[in-house]
Amino acid sequence: MLKQKLLFGLALAISLVFAGSVNAQTLKIGLKSEPSSMDPHYHNLTPNNMMALYVFDRLILQDEKQNLKPGLAVSWNNVDELTWEFKLRSGVKWHDGSDFSADDVAFTIGRAPNVPNSPSSLGRYIKQIKSVEIIDPLTIRLKTEKPFPLMPTYMSTFGIVSKKTGTGASTEDYNSGKAMNGTGPFKFVEFVPGDRIVYKRNDNYWGEKPNWSDVIVKPLSNNSARVAALLAGVVDMIDFVPTSDIEILKKNDKVSISQTVSNRVIYMHIDTARDKSPFVTDVNGNPMDKNPLKDLRVRKAMSMAINRKGIVEKVMEGVAIPAGQLLPDGFFAISPNLKVEPYNPEGAKALLKEAGWGDGFGLTIQGPNNRYVNDAKIVQAIAQMLTRVGIKSKVDTMPKNVFFPRGSKLEFSFMLVGWGAGSGEPSSPLGALLHTYDKSQGFGSSNRGRFSNADLDAKLEQALATVDREKHKNLLIEATEIGINNLGIIPLHFQVNTWAVRKGLVYNARTDEQTLAMGVKPAP
Amino acid sequence: MIAFLIRRLTQSGLVLLVMSLLVFIGVFAIGNPVDILINPDADQEEIERAIKALGLDKPMWEQYWIFLVNALQGDLGRSFVFNIPALQLIWQRMPATLELAGFAMFLSIFLGIPLGMIAGLKPDSWVGRTIMSGSILGFSLPTFWVGLMMILLFAVYLGWLPASGRGETVDVFGVPVSFLTLNGLSHILLPAINLALFKLSLTIRLARAGTREAMLMDYVKFARAKGLSNARVIMVHVFKNIMIPVVTVLGLELGNVIAFSVVTETIFSWPGMGKLIIDSINVLDRPVIVAYLLMTVSMFIVINLVVDIIYSMLDPRVRLGDMKS
Amino acid sequence: MKIETGFEQEISDPLGKKEISPLRRFISDFCESKVAVVGLSIICVIILIAIFAPLLSVQDPYDLAQLDIMDGRLPPGEVSGTGITFWLGSDDQGRDMLSGIFYGLRTSLGVGAMSAFIALIIGSSLGLTAAYFGGRIDSLIMRIVDIQLSFPAVLVALVLLAILGKGVDKIIIALVAVQWAYYARTVRGTALVERRKEYMEAARCLALSHSRLVFRHLLPNCMPPLIVVVTVQVAHAIALEATLSFLGIGLPVTEPSLGLLIANGFEYMLSGRYWISFFPGIALLLTIVSINLVGDQLRDVLNPRLQS
Repeated sequence: MLKQKLLFGLALAISLVFAGSVNAQTLKIGLKSEPSSMDPHYHNLTPNNMMALYVFDRLILQDEKQNLKPGLAVSWNNVDELTWEFKLRSGVKWHDGSDFSADDVAFTIGRAPNVPNSPSSLGRYIKQIKSVEIIDPLTIRLKTEKPFPLMPTYMSTFGIVSKKTGTGASTEDYNSGKAMNGTGPFKFVEFVPGDRIVYKRNDNYWGEKPNWSDVIVKPLSNNSARVAALLAGVVDMIDFVPTSDIEILKKNDKVSISQTVSNRVIYMHIDTARDKSPFVTDVNGNPMDKNPLKDLRVRKAMSMAINRKGIVEKVMEGVAIPAGQLLPDGFFAISPNLKVEPYNPEGAKALLKEAGWGDGFGLTIQGPNNRYVNDAKIVQAIAQMLTRVGIKSKVDTMPKNVFFPRGSKLEFSFMLVGWGAGSGEPSSPLGALLHTYDKSQGFGSSNRGRFSNADLDAKLEQALATVDREKHKNLLIEATEIGINNLGIIPLHFQVNTWAVRKGLVYNARTDEQTLAMGVKPAP
Repeated sequence: MIAFLIRRLTQSGLVLLVMSLLVFIGVFAIGNPVDILINPDADQEEIERAIKALGLDKPMWEQYWIFLVNALQGDLGRSFVFNIPALQLIWQRMPATLELAGFAMFLSIFLGIPLGMIAGLKPDSWVGRTIMSGSILGFSLPTFWVGLMMILLFAVYLGWLPASGRGETVDVFGVPVSFLTLNGLSHILLPAINLALFKLSLTIRLARAGTREAMLMDYVKFARAKGLSNARVIMVHVFKNIMIPVVTVLGLELGNVIAFSVVTETIFSWPGMGKLIIDSINVLDRPVIVAYLLMTVSMFIVINLVVDIIYSMLDPRVRLGDMKS
Repeated sequence: MKIETGFEQEISDPLGKKEISPLRRFISDFCESKVAVVGLSIICVIILIAIFAPLLSVQDPYDLAQLDIMDGRLPPGEVSGTGITFWLGSDDQGRDMLSGIFYGLRTSLGVGAMSAFIALIIGSSLGLTAAYFGGRIDSLIMRIVDIQLSFPAVLVALVLLAILGKGVDKIIIALVAVQWAYYARTVRGTALVERRKEYMEAARCLALSHSRLVFRHLLPNCMPPLIVVVTVQVAHAIALEATLSFLGIGLPVTEPSLGLLIANGFEYMLSGRYWISFFPGIALLLTIVSINLVGDQLRDVLNPRLQS
């Protein structure tokens, strides 16, 4: 009897625990990475940029495939080669009820690059603007020094803040909510770092109104904990579903999966510049004065030795697509000529022999272990494959806080890195990874192998100064082909972005890895 | 007493100074935080701007000097990541960790002492043996493994308790706590048990050892000979005897509980200082790392001091003046 | 032919007591606990496995050329492309779990024992020095010990390994750095008590040299608590190494210890591929529990106050 009472009490207690949190209109999201601030211009990183989208609209928005679509600007065009004109949307209200106008855009362009103490600013996307001209409250012109075809893309990278609330506002004012006055689909409620971010619906939104009256975003960085939270019903949706759990979640009738290919390519960067590379040794592990990686045939052999299908099937559990260039099919300026390198270990051995490295050499492969999906495992798999064709490989994986600073100091010879093209087109990886390192022009900032090819540099620079869309595209394709055919990097695969949602919901999966409550809808 | 306190405090100040220098050099040696914090898309100009904005363009000794001067005025710098004063960031997260640690200590004391006393009074019975085997298990299982197993069992398969997060909180004197609501309590239970497991085993062992020793002592034998009831002997004489090691060790371990919450908080996504420090190390957020370590070490120093004072009260043979440290 | 009488026992007993050496008495005391004996035998088996791992394994799990990811994540009992049977399954890199566990035991035990041993030497020398000389030297050493102990072990190891990088040698350095202070404190505590005892006074009156006094007279008498601390710390070191591996630092991924095998396999737990994490977990558990069981019995046997 007593036991029954106890059990009943326990059941009651448990039901009470969960009862309080059930609300059909509330969406709870579990995120892998938490934003560092609510200030939309403080830290230019994906988690910050995507959370900013909930509250702050942009002039131009990107759809789930990263195609540009009108945001606060309804149309844009070139008045001349050096002037872009944006027509702004009329009747848009800020969350505090005041009217949106060109003044706010001009204010934002002034603020975004100049947030104090910003560890990564949005200046990159704004510095081409030489002057801003307000024609009327709903028309604004941006002037550049050189023709700038990427202007619309760059204008889709930062949120527009209100001049009225934003004047003098610090990053702290955004975190506390004081300055969180946007035009976006959600209004800000509160930000408790490490625990939650809360939003409520903006019922006066100019665009499609979200299905959720309230959104609670919770950071759950541990992969297993995030999946467990979804299965336990603590959250309705999670991002970055670990590849190992996708199969099982697909079979689970309480959840469903949304997937799409990512704009992120995982690749190997190669030291192609130095005669003596720090982690290249002879077969017996002794330092060597020659760097075989400078030889295109050796790089080609390495690319042939990699079983991309094997990595995708076994390491990525099918949740990736083998890569032969910088962006997957369907994106802007994809080369039709570049194909995925087929797995050919015998050919690789022959090619190594031809290059004079028939006896092989020694190599240590570096990679991060907490940055990309299954990063450390991919590095090990590649070491296996290279060892099998005679390149005796060791593995050294490290946390990203050690990996990236060392990589940028050029301490590695052969490393695994990833690149997500936030702009959705290849000029960003071309400029950062394959263009000759050029501090004054801002090229090659992530060129950790110091690959250099004058043809590629010329094509890319020309493309970046060509406003004609078709010509611009062809130049980018040519530059891509030069870079990949010379193996400045060895592309491995494109990640596939995976979300899991509670049954009864669907998420419009995005190529840019962003998790947006606006894209979550009840299943039809 | 006063001389003892003064000596203790000067020593502590020195410890903090040495430590801050070591951490500074250490983090400097790992690498440049800007390489991790910056958007990969950034160009060199932007990288240099960021390095300058965070004050990382100056030589290390100068950065340390600036830190010292500010620290003496109570400013430990701003987080590179959050652009919030590091101390404020830690204060925000501290209640969550202290609550978790406190709850874990509570569990280990109020379960550990009785269990340990039973095991000590009946060392050869099956009850005593079971308790001891359990405590060995608790000692041996790595925290992270137990935590993950508990999530699997209680949150995923049984669905009884939430897997992560802190749940509802109630403000008590402006400090948010979660153990006062049912929802909050359900959230704290798993991480607290996880964190408590090790200390619980430790308490059981200390209590058992203390009880076994006390039972052989003359004063207990004498008390029994006097015809005092068994319960009274145990509750008064034995209990007092085991409190001394338990208080000492647990006091010292409180610092460790707070530090070990690093692992538990990571697994359960508990929004406390432990998770903050792991995240900060991951992005080399030096001001937060330094501030966190200074805070925990200060806390440790205070705890040590309190333990010594309590110790002297519990055991009249110990005098504060005699203690070297 | 021997005639058994009840008297023999009585007669031989007083004589026997004289003959029993402390070591034999220690052994018989230790064997009183069946559990501890079982623990000790398990430890012996584990040590043998660790030593002979290369002979027992069908594959060298640390040699990348012998692994093939196409054999990855096979369940227990499956056969690899090259004809090896994976009795306990394989991990994501196509590593035979059984061989992996044998080698992992080798690494974990090696790291644990090696770090405990080095920490023991450093810690007890400092502790003895502090206790023997007293005064300023004592204050200085014990101050450093206090500083060391006020840093939480996980954090020190975390920061140290971030700076040092990966490798067996590096993790040993980190473990020694967090452990030596425990030995120093234990030895100093015991030595302070022993120092005042009569035998030390006597030895000092004989004007023996410092080193002889310390190593021949003081140290042996500090051994009992030290032995207990060593066993506990070895177990601790193994668990700490596993935790660090879980946090992604410590050992290189291609040479996994038990902790690293568990951490690597955990992400497969939810999806039902339990063997990658489960079997190394059992091996780790058995190792640590056995060490702790032995340590526990040692503590009881060596604590003179408990022997009535």
